[in-house]
Amino acid sequence: MTINEVQDIIIDEFSLFDDWMDKYNLLIDMGKELPVIDPKFKIKDYLIEGCQSKVWLRPEFDGKIIRFSADSDAIITRGIVALLIKVLSGRTPDEIIGTELYFIDRIGLRQNLSPTRSNGLLSMIRQIKLYAMAYKARGQSGHDV
Amino acid sequence: MKDISEIRADFPLLSRKVYNKPLIYFDNGATTQKPMCVLDAVREVYTNYNGNIHRGVHAMSDMTSEAYENAREKVRSFINAGKREEIVFTSGTTGSINAVAFSFGERYIKQGDEVILSTLEHHANIVPWQMMCQRKGAVLKVIPVNDNGEILFDEYLKLISPRTRIVAISQASNALGTLLPVVEIIKAAHAKDIPVLVDGAQGIQHGIVDVKSMDCDFYAFSGHKIYGPTGIGVLYAKEKWLSEMPPYQGGGDMVDKVTFEITTYNELPFKFEAGTVNYAGAIGLGRALDYVSDLGRAEISVREKLLLDYATRRLSAVKGLRIFGNSQNKISTISFLLKDIHQYDTGMILDKMGIAVRTGTHCAQPVMDRFGIDGTVRVSMCFYNTLEEIDTLGTGIEKVINMFS
Repeated sequence: MTINEVQDIIIDEFSLFDDWMDKYNLLIDMGKELPVIDPKFKIKDYLIEGCQSKVWLRPEFDGKIIRFSADSDAIITRGIVALLIKVLSGRTPDEIIGTELYFIDRIGLRQNLSPTRSNGLLSMIRQIKLYAMAYKARGQSGHDV
Repeated sequence: MKDISEIRADFPLLSRKVYNKPLIYFDNGATTQKPMCVLDAVREVYTNYNGNIHRGVHAMSDMTSEAYENAREKVRSFINAGKREEIVFTSGTTGSINAVAFSFGERYIKQGDEVILSTLEHHANIVPWQMMCQRKGAVLKVIPVNDNGEILFDEYLKLISPRTRIVAISQASNALGTLLPVVEIIKAAHAKDIPVLVDGAQGIQHGIVDVKSMDCDFYAFSGHKIYGPTGIGVLYAKEKWLSEMPPYQGGGDMVDKVTFEITTYNELPFKFEAGTVNYAGAIGLGRALDYVSDLGRAEISVREKLLLDYATRRLSAVKGLRIFGNSQNKISTISFLLKDIHQYDTGMILDKMGIAVRTGTHCAQPVMDRFGIDGTVRVSMCFYNTLEEIDTLGTGIEKVINMFS
Protein backbone atom coordinates (compact mmCIF):
# COMPACT_ATOMS: atom_id res chain seq x y z
CA MET A 1 0.00 0.00 0.00
CA THR A 2 1.28 3.48 -0.76
CA ILE A 3 1.48 6.19 1.87
CA ASN A 4 -1.42 8.01 0.27
CA GLU A 5 -3.58 4.88 0.24
CA VAL A 6 -3.03 4.60 3.99
CA GLN A 7 -3.92 8.29 4.39
CA ASP A 8 -7.12 7.74 2.41
CA ILE A 9 -8.13 4.75 4.56
CA ILE A 10 -7.72 6.87 7.69
CA ILE A 11 -9.82 9.64 6.14
CA ASP A 12 -12.56 7.09 5.31
CA GLU A 13 -12.45 5.70 8.81
CA PHE A 14 -12.93 9.13 10.38
CA SER A 15 -15.60 10.17 7.88
CA LEU A 16 -17.92 7.58 9.44
CA PHE A 17 -18.37 9.95 12.35
CA ASP A 18 -20.04 13.34 12.24
CA ASP A 19 -19.79 14.04 15.92
CA TRP A 20 -16.46 15.38 17.20
CA MET A 21 -16.84 13.31 20.37
CA ASP A 22 -16.88 10.09 18.31
CA LYS A 23 -13.84 11.23 16.36
CA TYR A 24 -11.93 11.89 19.53
CA ASN A 25 -13.03 8.56 20.97
CA LEU A 26 -11.65 6.86 17.85
CA LEU A 27 -8.43 8.80 18.29
CA ILE A 28 -8.21 7.76 21.94
CA ASP A 29 -8.67 4.10 20.90
CA MET A 30 -5.96 4.44 18.29
CA GLY A 31 -3.66 5.94 20.89
CA LYS A 32 -4.26 2.90 23.08
CA GLU A 33 -3.34 0.55 20.21
CA LEU A 34 -0.01 2.28 19.60
CA PRO A 35 2.78 -0.17 20.41
CA VAL A 36 4.47 1.41 23.36
CA ILE A 37 8.01 2.63 22.94
CA ASP A 38 10.39 0.62 25.11
CA PRO A 39 10.67 2.63 28.39
CA LYS A 40 14.45 2.47 28.13
CA PHE A 41 14.15 4.69 25.06
CA LYS A 42 12.01 7.27 26.83
CA ILE A 43 15.07 9.41 27.29
CA LYS A 44 16.10 12.89 26.39
CA ASP A 45 17.72 11.78 23.12
CA TYR A 46 14.34 10.76 21.76
CA LEU A 47 12.21 13.41 23.45
CA ILE A 48 10.47 16.11 21.48
CA GLU A 49 9.54 18.69 24.02
CA GLY A 50 6.35 20.70 23.65
CA CYS A 51 4.87 23.07 26.17
CA GLN A 52 1.52 21.25 26.14
CA SER A 53 2.53 17.63 25.71
CA LYS A 54 5.67 15.60 25.09
CA VAL A 55 6.43 13.17 22.30
CA TRP A 56 9.12 10.48 22.23
CA LEU A 57 10.21 9.31 18.79
CA ARG A 58 12.82 6.64 17.99
CA PRO A 59 13.92 5.65 14.49
CA GLU A 60 15.44 2.35 13.40
CA PHE A 61 16.88 2.09 9.92
CA ASP A 62 17.69 -1.28 8.35
CA GLY A 63 19.38 0.16 5.30
CA LYS A 64 16.13 0.21 3.33
CA ILE A 65 13.24 1.34 5.46
CA ILE A 66 12.86 3.37 8.64
CA ARG A 67 10.71 2.04 11.46
CA PHE A 68 9.52 4.52 14.04
CA SER A 69 8.30 3.84 17.53
CA ALA A 70 6.79 6.69 19.48
CA ASP A 71 4.74 7.73 22.47
CA SER A 72 3.21 10.79 24.10
CA ASP A 73 2.16 11.69 27.61
CA ALA A 74 -1.21 13.05 26.40
CA ILE A 75 -3.68 10.55 24.95
CA ILE A 76 -5.07 12.71 22.16
CA THR A 77 -1.54 13.56 21.05
CA ARG A 78 -0.78 9.84 21.30
CA GLY A 79 -3.69 9.07 18.99
CA ILE A 80 -2.33 11.42 16.36
CA VAL A 81 1.16 10.03 16.91
CA ALA A 82 -0.31 6.56 16.24
CA LEU A 83 -1.81 7.81 12.97
CA LEU A 84 1.50 9.34 11.90
CA ILE A 85 3.32 6.10 12.69
CA LYS A 86 0.72 4.16 10.71
CA VAL A 87 1.34 6.41 7.71
CA LEU A 88 5.09 6.99 7.91
CA SER A 89 6.70 4.01 9.65
CA GLY A 90 8.17 1.19 7.55
CA ARG A 91 8.79 3.47 4.56
CA THR A 92 11.93 4.34 2.67
CA PRO A 93 13.58 7.71 3.28
CA ASP A 94 12.52 8.82 -0.22
CA GLU A 95 8.88 7.96 0.41
CA ILE A 96 8.90 9.89 3.69
CA ILE A 97 10.64 12.93 2.22
CA GLY A 98 8.23 13.07 -0.73
CA THR A 99 5.03 12.74 1.31
CA GLU A 100 2.53 15.48 1.73
CA LEU A 101 0.55 14.80 4.89
CA TYR A 102 -2.99 15.79 4.07
CA PHE A 103 -4.96 13.38 6.24
CA ILE A 104 -4.74 15.41 9.47
CA ASP A 105 -6.40 18.37 7.83
CA ARG A 106 -9.05 16.16 6.18
CA ILE A 107 -10.08 14.42 9.41
CA GLY A 108 -10.50 17.78 11.11
CA LEU A 109 -7.50 17.70 13.41
CA ARG A 110 -5.56 20.49 11.78
CA GLN A 111 -5.66 22.64 14.90
CA ASN A 112 -3.47 20.04 16.57
CA LEU A 113 -0.71 20.86 14.12
CA SER A 114 -0.77 24.57 14.76
CA PRO A 115 2.68 25.79 15.79
CA THR A 116 1.10 27.72 18.64
CA ARG A 117 -0.26 24.50 20.15
CA SER A 118 3.25 23.39 20.99
CA ASN A 119 2.21 19.80 21.62
CA GLY A 120 5.22 18.22 19.96
CA LEU A 121 3.35 16.99 16.87
CA LEU A 122 4.64 19.50 14.38
CA SER A 123 8.18 18.98 15.66
CA MET A 124 7.62 15.22 15.41
CA ILE A 125 6.77 15.45 11.72
CA ARG A 126 9.75 17.72 11.15
CA GLN A 127 11.95 15.27 13.04
CA ILE A 128 10.68 12.28 11.01
CA LYS A 129 11.58 14.11 7.79
CA LEU A 130 14.98 15.07 9.19
CA TYR A 131 15.73 11.45 10.09
CA ALA A 132 14.69 10.42 6.56
CA MET A 133 16.98 13.02 5.00
CA ALA A 134 19.87 12.06 7.27
CA TYR A 135 19.50 8.34 6.51
CA LYS A 136 19.21 9.07 2.83
CA ALA A 137 22.36 11.14 2.93
CA ARG A 138 24.28 8.50 4.80
CA GLY A 139 22.76 5.55 2.97
CA GLN A 140 23.76 3.18 5.70
CA SER A 141 22.21 1.48 8.70
CA GLY A 142 22.14 2.48 12.34
CA HIS A 143 19.97 4.77 14.35
CA ASP A 144 22.58 7.07 15.79
CA VAL A 145 21.71 10.00 13.57
CA MET B 1 -24.08 46.41 40.90
CA LYS B 2 -25.66 45.87 37.51
CA ASP B 3 -27.29 42.50 37.09
CA ILE B 4 -25.36 39.80 35.32
CA SER B 5 -27.24 39.92 32.03
CA GLU B 6 -26.64 43.68 31.80
CA ILE B 7 -22.95 43.18 32.55
CA ARG B 8 -22.59 40.44 29.95
CA ALA B 9 -24.34 42.59 27.37
CA ASP B 10 -21.49 45.11 27.78
CA PHE B 11 -19.02 42.55 26.39
CA PRO B 12 -19.79 41.79 22.71
CA LEU B 13 -17.56 38.72 22.54
CA LEU B 14 -19.33 36.93 25.38
CA SER B 15 -22.40 36.31 23.25
CA ARG B 16 -20.54 34.49 20.49
CA LYS B 17 -20.63 30.78 19.85
CA VAL B 18 -17.74 28.43 19.33
CA TYR B 19 -18.23 25.02 17.63
CA ASN B 20 -21.92 25.96 17.63
CA LYS B 21 -22.01 26.12 21.41
CA PRO B 22 -22.20 29.21 23.60
CA LEU B 23 -18.67 30.29 24.49
CA ILE B 24 -17.81 29.82 28.15
CA TYR B 25 -14.73 31.93 28.75
CA PHE B 26 -12.71 30.76 31.73
CA ASP B 27 -9.30 32.03 30.66
CA ASN B 28 -9.48 35.49 32.17
CA GLY B 29 -6.13 35.03 33.88
CA ALA B 30 -4.54 35.00 30.43
CA THR B 31 -6.56 37.88 29.07
CA THR B 32 -9.97 39.40 29.69
CA GLN B 33 -12.67 40.33 27.19
CA LYS B 34 -13.38 43.99 26.50
CA PRO B 35 -16.52 46.00 27.20
CA MET B 36 -17.95 48.01 24.30
CA CYS B 37 -17.01 51.31 25.95
CA VAL B 38 -13.30 50.39 25.76
CA LEU B 39 -13.61 49.43 22.09
CA ASP B 40 -15.39 52.72 21.46
CA ALA B 41 -12.72 54.72 23.27
CA VAL B 42 -9.94 53.18 21.16
CA ARG B 43 -11.94 53.62 17.97
CA GLU B 44 -12.62 57.22 18.85
CA VAL B 45 -8.90 57.95 19.10
CA TYR B 46 -8.37 56.87 15.52
CA THR B 47 -11.57 58.24 14.05
CA ASN B 48 -11.78 61.50 15.91
CA TYR B 49 -8.57 63.07 17.14
CA ASN B 50 -5.47 61.02 16.41
CA GLY B 51 -2.11 62.82 16.60
CA ASN B 52 1.20 61.90 18.21
CA ILE B 53 1.41 62.84 21.86
CA HIS B 54 3.54 65.64 23.32
CA ARG B 55 4.85 66.68 19.94
CA GLY B 56 2.66 68.76 17.70
CA VAL B 57 1.47 72.31 17.92
CA HIS B 58 -1.67 71.17 16.16
CA ALA B 59 -5.08 70.42 17.56
CA MET B 60 -4.98 66.67 16.94
CA SER B 61 -1.75 66.24 18.89
CA ASP B 62 -3.10 68.41 21.69
CA MET B 63 -6.33 66.45 21.95
CA THR B 64 -4.54 63.11 21.97
CA SER B 65 -1.97 64.32 24.50
CA GLU B 66 -4.75 65.52 26.74
CA ALA B 67 -6.66 62.24 26.51
CA TYR B 68 -3.41 60.35 27.18
CA GLU B 69 -2.59 62.42 30.24
CA ASN B 70 -6.18 62.02 31.42
CA ALA B 71 -5.65 58.27 31.21
CA ARG B 72 -2.54 58.65 33.36
CA GLU B 73 -4.60 60.54 35.93
CA LYS B 74 -7.22 57.77 35.87
CA VAL B 75 -4.53 55.18 36.56
CA ARG B 76 -3.11 57.32 39.37
CA SER B 77 -6.46 57.67 41.01
CA PHE B 78 -7.37 53.98 40.44
CA ILE B 79 -4.36 52.74 42.39
CA ASN B 80 -4.27 55.78 44.68
CA ALA B 81 -0.74 56.84 43.78
CA GLY B 82 0.37 60.19 45.14
CA LYS B 83 1.48 61.83 41.91
CA ARG B 84 0.98 61.48 38.19
CA GLU B 85 4.79 61.55 37.83
CA GLU B 86 4.83 58.14 39.46
CA ILE B 87 2.76 56.51 36.71
CA VAL B 88 4.74 55.23 33.72
CA PHE B 89 3.00 53.66 30.75
CA THR B 90 4.74 50.52 29.48
CA SER B 91 3.86 47.67 27.14
CA GLY B 92 2.56 45.51 29.99
CA THR B 93 3.58 43.84 33.24
CA THR B 94 6.53 42.16 31.54
CA GLY B 95 7.71 45.51 30.18
CA SER B 96 7.32 47.12 33.59
CA ILE B 97 9.29 44.45 35.44
CA ASN B 98 12.04 44.39 32.81
CA ALA B 99 12.36 48.15 33.14
CA VAL B 100 12.77 47.95 36.92
CA ALA B 101 15.08 44.93 36.83
CA PHE B 102 17.32 46.76 34.35
CA SER B 103 17.24 50.28 35.76
CA PHE B 104 17.26 49.32 39.43
CA GLY B 105 19.96 46.74 38.73
CA GLU B 106 22.14 49.27 36.95
CA ARG B 107 21.86 51.74 39.76
CA TYR B 108 21.91 49.63 42.90
CA ILE B 109 22.98 46.02 42.35
CA LYS B 110 26.56 44.85 42.77
CA GLN B 111 28.33 41.52 42.75
CA GLY B 112 27.16 39.26 45.56
CA ASP B 113 23.96 41.22 46.18
CA GLU B 114 20.69 39.32 46.56
CA VAL B 115 17.18 39.55 45.12
CA ILE B 116 14.30 37.76 46.84
CA LEU B 117 11.47 36.22 44.78
CA SER B 118 8.88 33.59 45.62
CA THR B 119 8.33 30.13 44.16
CA LEU B 120 4.94 31.37 42.91
CA GLU B 121 6.32 33.87 40.42
CA HIS B 122 5.34 34.00 36.77
CA HIS B 123 8.35 33.76 34.45
CA ALA B 124 7.94 37.51 33.84
CA ASN B 125 8.95 38.11 37.46
CA ILE B 126 11.81 35.62 37.36
CA VAL B 127 13.68 35.91 34.07
CA PRO B 128 14.27 39.71 34.07
CA TRP B 129 15.83 39.40 37.55
CA GLN B 130 17.84 36.37 36.50
CA MET B 131 19.19 38.30 33.50
CA MET B 132 20.11 41.22 35.72
CA CYS B 133 21.74 38.92 38.30
CA GLN B 134 23.83 37.28 35.59
CA ARG B 135 24.95 40.69 34.39
CA LYS B 136 25.81 41.91 37.87
CA GLY B 137 26.96 38.71 39.54
CA ALA B 138 24.04 38.88 41.96
CA VAL B 139 22.05 35.98 43.39
CA LEU B 140 18.34 35.06 43.41
CA LYS B 141 16.84 33.83 46.69
CA VAL B 142 13.52 32.05 46.52
CA ILE B 143 10.77 31.91 49.15
CA PRO B 144 9.41 28.33 49.34
CA VAL B 145 5.70 27.43 49.50
CA ASN B 146 3.70 24.87 51.47
CA ASP B 147 1.40 22.18 50.06
CA ASN B 148 -1.51 24.64 49.93
CA GLY B 149 0.52 26.88 47.66
CA GLU B 150 1.13 29.56 50.30
CA ILE B 151 4.53 31.14 50.83
CA LEU B 152 6.36 30.26 54.05
CA PHE B 153 6.60 33.62 55.73
CA ASP B 154 9.19 32.57 58.30
CA GLU B 155 11.42 31.32 55.49
CA TYR B 156 11.03 34.69 53.81
CA LEU B 157 12.19 36.47 56.95
CA LYS B 158 15.21 34.17 57.06
CA LEU B 159 16.12 35.04 53.47
CA ILE B 160 16.36 38.75 54.21
CA SER B 161 20.05 39.54 54.63
CA PRO B 162 22.35 42.55 54.60
CA ARG B 163 22.94 41.77 50.91
CA THR B 164 19.23 41.84 49.97
CA ARG B 165 18.68 44.76 47.60
CA ILE B 166 15.09 44.22 46.46
CA VAL B 167 12.13 41.87 46.93
CA ALA B 168 9.94 41.10 43.89
CA ILE B 169 6.73 39.20 44.51
CA SER B 170 3.38 38.72 42.86
CA GLN B 171 0.20 39.95 44.44
CA ALA B 172 -1.52 36.72 43.37
CA SER B 173 -0.20 33.56 41.76
CA ASN B 174 -1.34 33.19 38.17
CA ALA B 175 -0.92 29.41 38.33
CA LEU B 176 -2.62 28.61 41.66
CA GLY B 177 -4.60 31.74 42.49
CA THR B 178 -2.97 32.22 45.91
CA LEU B 179 -3.04 35.79 47.20
CA LEU B 180 0.27 36.65 48.82
CA PRO B 181 0.49 38.62 52.09
CA VAL B 182 2.03 41.58 50.27
CA VAL B 183 1.49 44.11 53.05
CA GLU B 184 3.36 41.94 55.57
CA ILE B 185 6.06 41.15 53.01
CA ILE B 186 6.56 44.86 52.36
CA LYS B 187 6.60 45.74 56.07
CA ALA B 188 9.29 43.17 56.79
CA ALA B 189 11.41 44.38 53.86
CA HIS B 190 10.99 48.05 54.72
CA ALA B 191 12.08 47.35 58.28
CA LYS B 192 15.46 46.66 56.68
CA ASP B 193 15.17 49.49 54.12
CA ILE B 194 14.68 47.05 51.26
CA PRO B 195 12.31 48.12 48.47
CA VAL B 196 9.59 45.81 47.14
CA LEU B 197 8.18 45.34 43.65
CA VAL B 198 4.69 43.89 43.44
CA ASP B 199 3.68 42.10 40.23
CA GLY B 200 0.02 43.04 40.11
CA ALA B 201 -0.83 41.24 36.86
CA GLN B 202 -3.26 38.95 38.70
CA GLY B 203 -4.19 41.37 41.46
CA ILE B 204 -5.28 44.65 39.91
CA GLN B 205 -8.51 43.26 38.39
CA HIS B 206 -9.79 41.44 41.46
CA GLY B 207 -10.20 44.09 44.10
CA ILE B 208 -9.13 47.43 45.45
CA VAL B 209 -5.45 48.19 44.98
CA ASP B 210 -4.09 51.10 46.96
CA VAL B 211 -0.36 51.54 46.48
CA LYS B 212 -0.22 54.11 49.26
CA SER B 213 -1.61 51.87 51.96
CA MET B 214 0.20 48.84 50.50
CA ASP B 215 3.34 51.00 50.52
CA CYS B 216 5.00 49.05 47.70
CA ASP B 217 7.90 50.75 45.94
CA PHE B 218 6.94 49.42 42.50
CA TYR B 219 3.66 48.05 41.20
CA ALA B 220 3.29 46.56 37.72
CA PHE B 221 0.17 45.55 35.80
CA SER B 222 -1.18 44.94 32.29
CA GLY B 223 -4.08 46.67 30.61
CA HIS B 224 -5.42 43.60 28.86
CA LYS B 225 -5.98 41.69 32.09
CA ILE B 226 -8.28 44.42 33.41
CA TYR B 227 -10.62 44.67 30.42
CA GLY B 228 -8.38 47.13 28.57
CA PRO B 229 -6.48 46.78 25.28
CA THR B 230 -3.35 44.67 24.78
CA GLY B 231 0.09 46.22 24.49
CA ILE B 232 -0.35 48.72 27.28
CA GLY B 233 0.66 48.39 30.89
CA VAL B 234 1.62 50.42 33.90
CA LEU B 235 4.60 50.80 36.13
CA TYR B 236 3.92 52.65 39.33
CA ALA B 237 7.09 53.61 41.20
CA LYS B 238 7.74 55.92 44.09
CA GLU B 239 9.17 59.15 42.76
CA LYS B 240 12.42 58.68 44.65
CA TRP B 241 13.22 55.55 42.63
CA LEU B 242 12.22 56.99 39.29
CA SER B 243 14.40 60.03 39.94
CA GLU B 244 17.44 58.00 40.91
CA MET B 245 17.20 55.16 38.41
CA PRO B 246 18.67 55.58 34.92
CA PRO B 247 16.24 55.18 32.04
CA TYR B 248 15.77 51.74 30.54
CA GLN B 249 15.37 52.76 26.93
CA GLY B 250 16.53 55.80 25.02
CA GLY B 251 14.61 57.55 22.29
CA GLY B 252 12.26 60.35 21.52
CA ASP B 253 10.11 62.10 24.12
CA MET B 254 12.25 60.89 27.03
CA VAL B 255 14.91 63.52 26.48
CA ASP B 256 15.46 67.09 27.54
CA LYS B 257 18.43 68.01 25.36
CA VAL B 258 20.38 65.81 22.98
CA THR B 259 23.84 66.43 21.58
CA PHE B 260 26.27 63.82 20.31
CA GLU B 261 28.31 64.39 23.44
CA ILE B 262 25.63 64.12 26.09
CA THR B 263 21.90 63.85 26.53
CA THR B 264 19.89 65.11 29.45
CA TYR B 265 16.63 63.41 30.28
CA ASN B 266 13.12 64.70 30.37
CA GLU B 267 11.25 65.09 33.64
CA LEU B 268 9.17 62.27 35.18
CA PRO B 269 7.42 60.22 34.03
CA PHE B 270 8.56 60.90 30.45
CA LYS B 271 12.13 59.83 31.22
CA PHE B 272 10.81 56.26 31.21
CA GLU B 273 8.55 56.60 28.16
CA ALA B 274 10.91 56.49 25.19
CA GLY B 275 9.40 56.54 21.72
CA THR B 276 5.74 56.71 20.85
CA VAL B 277 3.86 54.97 23.64
CA ASN B 278 0.76 52.97 22.79
CA TYR B 279 -1.37 56.01 23.58
CA ALA B 280 -4.56 54.60 22.08
CA GLY B 281 -4.07 51.63 24.39
CA ALA B 282 -3.51 53.93 27.35
CA ILE B 283 -6.70 55.85 26.56
CA GLY B 284 -8.57 52.53 26.24
CA LEU B 285 -7.13 51.40 29.55
CA GLY B 286 -8.31 54.61 31.19
CA ARG B 287 -11.82 53.83 29.97
CA ALA B 288 -11.55 50.24 31.22
CA LEU B 289 -10.62 51.48 34.69
CA ASP B 290 -13.68 53.76 34.62
CA TYR B 291 -15.81 50.76 33.71
CA VAL B 292 -14.42 48.71 36.61
CA SER B 293 -14.86 51.62 39.03
CA ASP B 294 -18.44 52.14 37.86
CA LEU B 295 -19.24 48.47 38.43
CA GLY B 296 -17.71 48.79 41.88
CA ARG B 297 -14.48 47.12 42.89
CA ALA B 298 -15.78 45.97 46.26
CA GLU B 299 -18.81 44.47 44.48
CA ILE B 300 -16.54 42.76 41.96
CA SER B 301 -14.59 41.15 44.82
CA VAL B 302 -17.77 39.90 46.44
CA ARG B 303 -19.10 38.47 43.19
CA GLU B 304 -15.82 36.78 42.30
CA LYS B 305 -15.56 35.25 45.77
CA LEU B 306 -19.02 33.80 45.25
CA LEU B 307 -17.94 32.32 41.92
CA LEU B 308 -14.75 30.92 43.48
CA ASP B 309 -16.60 29.28 46.37
CA TYR B 310 -19.28 27.84 44.11
CA ALA B 311 -16.74 26.49 41.60
CA THR B 312 -14.51 25.09 44.35
CA ARG B 313 -17.49 23.21 45.80
CA ARG B 314 -18.65 21.98 42.40
CA LEU B 315 -15.21 20.81 41.27
CA SER B 316 -14.36 19.27 44.64
CA ALA B 317 -17.45 17.08 44.21
CA VAL B 318 -15.89 15.48 41.12
CA LYS B 319 -14.26 12.17 42.05
CA GLY B 320 -10.60 12.10 41.06
CA LEU B 321 -10.23 15.86 40.74
CA ARG B 322 -7.26 17.36 42.58
CA ILE B 323 -7.07 21.11 43.15
CA PHE B 324 -3.61 22.68 43.33
CA GLY B 325 -3.61 25.80 45.47
CA ASN B 326 -5.86 25.45 48.51
CA SER B 327 -5.18 28.67 50.30
CA GLN B 328 -8.07 30.43 52.05
CA ASN B 329 -6.95 33.60 50.28
CA LYS B 330 -7.32 33.23 46.54
CA ILE B 331 -8.37 35.13 43.48
CA SER B 332 -11.10 33.43 41.45
CA THR B 333 -8.72 30.93 39.86
CA ILE B 334 -8.74 27.15 40.22
CA SER B 335 -5.92 24.94 38.99
CA PHE B 336 -6.62 21.22 38.85
CA LEU B 337 -5.87 17.81 37.38
CA LEU B 338 -8.25 14.91 36.74
CA LYS B 339 -7.03 11.48 37.87
CA ASP B 340 -4.11 10.59 35.61
CA ILE B 341 -5.57 12.38 32.61
CA HIS B 342 -3.13 14.74 30.92
CA GLN B 343 -4.08 18.43 31.22
CA TYR B 344 -3.82 18.81 27.46
CA ASP B 345 -6.42 16.07 26.90
CA THR B 346 -8.79 17.69 29.39
CA GLY B 347 -8.32 21.12 27.82
CA MET B 348 -8.87 19.81 24.28
CA ILE B 349 -12.16 18.14 25.14
CA LEU B 350 -13.43 21.09 27.18
CA ASP B 351 -12.57 23.34 24.24
CA LYS B 352 -14.75 21.21 21.98
CA MET B 353 -17.58 21.80 24.45
CA GLY B 354 -17.11 25.54 24.06
CA ILE B 355 -15.28 25.94 27.37
CA ALA B 356 -12.04 27.94 27.19
CA VAL B 357 -9.54 27.01 29.90
CA ARG B 358 -5.79 27.22 29.99
CA THR B 359 -3.59 24.14 30.18
CA GLY B 360 0.13 23.72 30.73
CA THR B 361 2.60 25.28 33.10
CA HIS B 362 1.06 28.78 32.94
CA CYS B 363 4.53 30.33 32.51
CA ALA B 364 5.26 29.28 36.09
CA GLN B 365 7.40 26.17 35.77
CA PRO B 366 8.93 26.45 39.28
CA VAL B 367 5.40 26.15 40.74
CA MET B 368 4.81 22.97 38.72
CA ASP B 369 8.18 21.59 39.83
CA ARG B 370 7.28 22.30 43.45
CA PHE B 371 4.20 20.09 43.12
CA GLY B 372 5.95 17.48 40.98
CA ILE B 373 3.61 17.94 38.02
CA ASP B 374 4.18 19.18 34.51
CA GLY B 375 1.06 21.27 34.19
CA THR B 376 -2.53 21.80 35.26
CA VAL B 377 -5.87 22.82 33.85
CA ARG B 378 -6.63 26.37 34.97
CA VAL B 379 -10.08 27.90 35.29
CA SER B 380 -9.77 31.64 35.84
CA MET B 381 -13.06 33.40 36.43
CA CYS B 382 -14.15 36.99 36.65
CA PHE B 383 -17.29 38.96 37.39
CA TYR B 384 -18.95 38.27 34.04
CA ASN B 385 -18.91 34.50 34.53
CA THR B 386 -22.03 32.79 35.83
CA LEU B 387 -22.96 29.94 38.14
CA GLU B 388 -24.59 28.21 35.17
CA GLU B 389 -21.26 28.27 33.33
CA ILE B 390 -19.64 26.61 36.34
CA ASP B 391 -22.36 23.92 36.27
CA THR B 392 -21.64 23.30 32.57
CA LEU B 393 -17.94 23.07 33.37
CA GLY B 394 -18.67 20.53 36.11
CA THR B 395 -20.70 18.37 33.73
CA GLY B 396 -18.02 18.76 31.06
CA ILE B 397 -15.29 17.61 33.42
CA GLU B 398 -17.31 14.54 34.31
CA LYS B 399 -17.66 13.76 30.59
CA VAL B 400 -13.90 14.09 30.17
CA ILE B 401 -13.32 11.58 32.96
CA ASN B 402 -15.74 9.13 31.33
CA MET B 403 -14.06 9.50 27.95
CA PHE B 404 -10.58 8.75 29.21
CA SER B 405 -11.26 6.01 31.74
